[in-house]
Amino acid sequence: MDAKKPIRNKAVEEDSNKSRRDFIKKSGLFTALAFTPPSLVLATDNKWEEKIAEYLETVPLSIEVNGVKHNLNVEPRTTLLDLLREQLLLTGTKKGCDHGQCGACTVHVNGTRILSCLSLASMQQNAQVTTIEGLSKGKKLHPMQEAFIKNDGFQCGYCTPGQIMSGIACIKEGHANSREEIREYMSGNICRCGAYHNIVDAITEVKEGGMPL
Amino acid sequence: MKNFQIIKALSSKSAVSSVGKEKDAMFIAGGTNLVDLMKKNVVAPDKLIDITGIDLKQIEFLTGKVTIGALAKNSQVAEDKIIKENYPLLALALSAGASQQIRHMATVGGNMLQRTRCSYFYNTDMPCNKRVPKSGCGAIGGSNRMHAIFGASDSCIAVHPSDMCVALAALEATVFVEGPKGKREIKFTDFHRLPGNTPEIDNTLQNKEIITSIVIPENNFSKNSHYLKVRDRSSYAFALISVAVGLDIQNNTIKDVRLAMGGVAHKPWRLTETEEFLKGKTVSETTFRQAADLAMKGARSYGENDFKLTLGPNAIFEALTIAASK
Repeated sequence: MDAKKPIRNKAVEEDSNKSRRDFIKKSGLFTALAFTPPSLVLATDNKWEEKIAEYLETVPLSIEVNGVKHNLNVEPRTTLLDLLREQLLLTGTKKGCDHGQCGACTVHVNGTRILSCLSLASMQQNAQVTTIEGLSKGKKLHPMQEAFIKNDGFQCGYCTPGQIMSGIACIKEGHANSREEIREYMSGNICRCGAYHNIVDAITEVKEGGMPL
Repeated sequence: MKNFQIIKALSSKSAVSSVGKEKDAMFIAGGTNLVDLMKKNVVAPDKLIDITGIDLKQIEFLTGKVTIGALAKNSQVAEDKIIKENYPLLALALSAGASQQIRHMATVGGNMLQRTRCSYFYNTDMPCNKRVPKSGCGAIGGSNRMHAIFGASDSCIAVHPSDMCVALAALEATVFVEGPKGKREIKFTDFHRLPGNTPEIDNTLQNKEIITSIVIPENNFSKNSHYLKVRDRSSYAFALISVAVGLDIQNNTIKDVRLAMGGVAHKPWRLTETEEFLKGKTVSETTFRQAADLAMKGARSYGENDFKLTLGPNAIFEALTIAASK
């Protein structure tokens, strides 16, 4: 990276003198590097400079995932889906279309189901996220997971984490009062194997069972 | 996706002033359309201004009107009890759009500003006057099944994809915006525009302006309203054609009526001439059929979307009939 190039990708929280100070401090570090005699620069580990540049292009993020707090640095362009899968290695949440058309990436953010592929991680400051990995209590599966197994609510299983996260939210939102309503409010979750009938069975069973979700 | 800088604005005023400093800055709220467009490299801003922290999420009912904050979520509005009771047309239209996950993310302001889903606009290998001015239109003479039958031009035959906006055009909403020169209001039907020779411009919002709220006046359509959406799947698909109807029926006579179509033009297509025809008439199959035919005056198809010339009047007839029978 050219040390004299303006650093553009550092997020600055509005009215925050602290980040402005940090920004100036870090810009200063780069200026210092630029004026360092070439021999000295050569002596330094180039990878170190790369790491600084990488850091400067990220924004700090505090996020809670499945009850675990994380303090991370993410690129502004990182989606919540990529953060979960690539940085936190929670690969239960699936990348299907990556364009908001299939629902495979559905997770709960602050109790609401959303599409993690269309959410920027950098916009999820202090969010509480629940993924498929956060549903079971120890070895005891969530009632919706049990119901999907019992009712054969999947074949290949790729859309299943999204279906289960969406199914739980569908009941919590009060949109599981009939098979028709379930189908309408689950329409954002596509199943290419066509397990829809059994998915509706599973959701209906959990809804009628009245178990705490 | 190209990397960018992201800043959080805490008031509409600071959002407007932040965007002024950068050439390629854009506002982001729900992001359901913008993030997708950025992934496809259709838009590539250098800077995003996250406006989700601004306090514009309220739905307020005052005498004679409702004010909906630009950052109210689509699901929040669609499921609001008072909206459902007093403005069922808006609730129906919102519920017909996207999926529940997307409605939980998408905001009212963002819904208005979403771009067309024309496949030539999305495919950067294809010509598109809306994406790259003067590059040509792939849809004219190409794959245009979803495209416009009203108000299109030789430059662009794309349609505005929103359902919510069709209802808001029918309900005569007003858009409140804020910009560097202060605040102003725009009639909803003047907010979106026809493509003409400048299809790259979707609406009349000026550079650096932000939508702060929409206001819908009280109406007498709550009993006899309907939003009919015809699409390729029974849910979670964009409209081939949609119809928003509000009828004020007294003693079987149409005292007042609002009619708008979606999926047919570059903007929500309000049918004022047809409304005038219906006013004062008795509710009957013949009247509704005549109205449906009148609504298609000036329609023009482009090949793959020829079916819309038949589907259009049938959808209007159906929507009027359902609304009247409620």
